[in-house]
Amino acid sequence: MSADTAGIDTLRLTAEEAAGLLERGEVSSAELVAAYRAAIEARDPELHAYLHVTDDEHAGDGGGVPIALKDVITTKGVPTTAGSRILEGYVPVFDSTVAARCKEAGLPLLGKTNLDEFAMGSSTENSGFGPTRNPWDTTRVPGGSSGGSAAVVAAGLAPWSLGTDTGGSVKQPASLCGVVGLRPTWGTVSRYGIVAFASSLDQVGPLAKTVRDCARLYGITAGRDACDSTTVELPAPVELPEREDLRGLRVGVPRELNEVDGIEPGVRERVQEAIRLAEELGAEVGETTLPRSVEYGLACYYLVAPAEASANLARYDGVRYGHRADLNGDGDLTALYERTRWEGFGAEPKRRIMLGTYALSAGYYDAYYGQAQKVRTVIKQEFAAAFEDFDVLLSPTSPTVAFPLGDKVENPLAMYLTDVLTIPPNMAGLPGLSIPCGLSEGLPVGLQILGPQFSENTLFAVGHALERALGFDFVPPRLAA
Amino acid sequence: MPLDPTRWEPVIGLEIHVQLKTKTKMFCRCENVWGEAPNTRTCPVCLAHPGTLPVPNRQAIEWAIRLGLALDCEIAPRSLFHRKNYFYPDLPKGYQISQYDSPIATRGRFSVPGPDGDREMGIVRAHLEEDAAKTIHVGGEGGRIHGAGASLVDFNRGGTPLVEIVTEPDVRSAEEARRFLGLLRQTVVELGISDAEMEKGSLRCDANVSVRETGETGYRTKTELKNMNSFKFVADGIDAELARQVELYEDGGEVVQETLHFDPRSGRISPLRSKEQAHDYRYFPEPDLVPVEPSPELVGRLRDELPELPAARIRRLEEEIGFDLALGLVTSGRDELFARVPGDDRRATANVLMNQLAGAGVDPARVNADELAKLIAARDAIPRAAFDEALAASGDEGFTAERYLAEAAITDEGEIDAVIDRILAANEGQVQAYRSGKEGLLGFFVGQVMRETQGKANPKVVNERLRERLRA
Ligand SMILES: [Zn+2]
Repeated sequence: MSADTAGIDTLRLTAEEAAGLLERGEVSSAELVAAYRAAIEARDPELHAYLHVTDDEHAGDGGGVPIALKDVITTKGVPTTAGSRILEGYVPVFDSTVAARCKEAGLPLLGKTNLDEFAMGSSTENSGFGPTRNPWDTTRVPGGSSGGSAAVVAAGLAPWSLGTDTGGSVKQPASLCGVVGLRPTWGTVSRYGIVAFASSLDQVGPLAKTVRDCARLYGITAGRDACDSTTVELPAPVELPEREDLRGLRVGVPRELNEVDGIEPGVRERVQEAIRLAEELGAEVGETTLPRSVEYGLACYYLVAPAEASANLARYDGVRYGHRADLNGDGDLTALYERTRWEGFGAEPKRRIMLGTYALSAGYYDAYYGQAQKVRTVIKQEFAAAFEDFDVLLSPTSPTVAFPLGDKVENPLAMYLTDVLTIPPNMAGLPGLSIPCGLSEGLPVGLQILGPQFSENTLFAVGHALERALGFDFVPPRLAA
Repeated sequence: MPLDPTRWEPVIGLEIHVQLKTKTKMFCRCENVWGEAPNTRTCPVCLAHPGTLPVPNRQAIEWAIRLGLALDCEIAPRSLFHRKNYFYPDLPKGYQISQYDSPIATRGRFSVPGPDGDREMGIVRAHLEEDAAKTIHVGGEGGRIHGAGASLVDFNRGGTPLVEIVTEPDVRSAEEARRFLGLLRQTVVELGISDAEMEKGSLRCDANVSVRETGETGYRTKTELKNMNSFKFVADGIDAELARQVELYEDGGEVVQETLHFDPRSGRISPLRSKEQAHDYRYFPEPDLVPVEPSPELVGRLRDELPELPAARIRRLEEEIGFDLALGLVTSGRDELFARVPGDDRRATANVLMNQLAGAGVDPARVNADELAKLIAARDAIPRAAFDEALAASGDEGFTAERYLAEAAITDEGEIDAVIDRILAANEGQVQAYRSGKEGLLGFFVGQVMRETQGKANPKVVNERLRERLRA
């Protein structure tokens, strides 16, 4: 099963290797696309990682390494649903900036990947079109909300992909699927054309089998965009990591991010081993602390993100595009809004719209949204203080390995807690890289590497050196031939 | 009907929306233009397609600062855009991007010259926002949503830049409100940032109206008058609302805070929607935009570029020609021509500019001032019809007064007397009435004589001769 079309083993092939094959003329871009399509045909029916697979016309023939995009990333002429029934059948008339940059870089589009509706969730079970399954164990979730983008890379259905990360939606599924995922510094990658969930947190990030692939894809997508006035020019060009040691690096281990309730013992062990390995590679390791970030981060996030979401999702009103309720000529404007939104949104967006509307309401703003913004400043300061002593911070990405489908569906709070380790740095706008650092109970464990703003090159360097030393096999055993 | 000023004092604040005539809209690159076919000036951004983001229009920000400076405001070194949330089909994002508690310009003042000196109106703030689209309700009554068969939305206007100006409650009469608006309009036009035409909606005014007893220092409950689309309607609406409130108080009633609609045809005021039902707009800072932080250099440059403002010119002209003519010339944009026209009789020149020239619809900028001066100097010596014809042509390319000056008016008293005698003989009843005290009839006789002479008689001579003959 691992040897696909034209002898291309999509399970093992990295984007860098694929680029090498193309450069040397050993395969054509069309052959690569065909190989991945064959893999999709073979394996996606059980995984349901794709919501839409493109035909030749919409894939484009840029001659490069093909890519999959999370279905919140607007693609001209290719359906973009954000995993919501309310956008079923919506075909954008423009490209998001990242989709356009991928096109300019010649990357053919394989398709659009599944996600939690409007990127709200941590398991991809909130998709309006059914869940995605974890390639390592199909009874388990792939994480979320970029579960589809992580699963396609893990299962060899795309060499690399783009996801989006608001509270951990790239890092956490990367962790649960045993792939590498980067959440970049907020403001380095354009959000133009990204279906918005929580604007001050949303960020596009790459998922791939290796740190170098992630760095490469980050380099293609990052940089100032005139269509997103919150973007900035990168302070330094993206560097593909080479070094295999960590000499001179100061590594901090924040106590709370490593000891919070709910971290599985197996996860803790793998992460501690990775930290020891960092020391062996020459890093100076020390303990640090982020008490308020971890204690208040999650609560703060669940005020800020739903508040912004409540406004961002107001545009789905049935007037201009997407689902519109059929009132059979009976009912006024309010009825049109209510019925359209009742029918179109799933439970999680409804829950967050209500939370956010409440948090912004007159008389509650100061106590909730206003207070959360102040806490956010405190979190930023706490991280800034930690980065005075350390170049990077290490912790688990997710407190657990992939959990069974249905496990947390009835308990939103338990689901929210799966992001407890990724949310604090996100609230501070900081970049974070998740790399696989071993297995627990046969399932991948992710190591979260955090740095100050614009420290992506450092994160790549650390991730690459650890990745080499760890020697993690990213092919799920059940798929290996 | 004016209210008794010894008992009641009006307290009026104005909210004015000025639509900026930038090339493109506030947050997208669509053309900002009025009167095109519906929905032909739209894009994914101003239609709020998923994932689109606003990018602020630099020109709009500079012009808002320019206006803020003209209103003597403090320009904020850092101001924010907020989201103002509510559902309506004319608001595609479900929120309007506007400035809330951190506007671009605050604490200004605007001097409004009046017949009894200047009145200084406080400016609370001026802020930037995007306009809503236009909703058209078809198949119902009077274009309102209730009973309409369908509602259509034209997004051409959606997302065009507006500056909203809020005054302190410093306005003390409908007439003052009207004068304020006229002067503000002219200021905005001269700044080159807006057409400011109320009929087109590029200048809109709401008024917050209350009254209090003379000598009272606190404010009473105010009502908000919305959507008055001419200076006259603003003044009429305010007067009607002042009268309504005074009547309420004098009958022992209370004013309720509400939003009102003034119907200029019936002169009636009716509630638009009550404030109790008003939305909770759930303002919060717009995360898709960074703060507006104009550099001191930019603000300094914009300040240096400010032209002399209309109010200052009114005060200069007032000494020469009196307040009303000065106000009229400046707020109609004719004072520049006035300054160019030579001649000693300044009031006569001002009158001609304000009356005949304005009536003829001539663009003052195109008029050859020296030729016009010749006409004005000879205005009694040439037939009235010829004078009017000359003024109407005074903006034409290559216009000269010569041809019209050649048409001498009839000044021969004998000739005029003959006509007068014929007219008096034919209108014996009116002659009797005049002689028994109805002197207002003089105008009637002048009109008859002018008609008989096809406008060629010198009106001054006609007047003198008529009085003489009627006295007999
Ligand atoms: Zn537009």
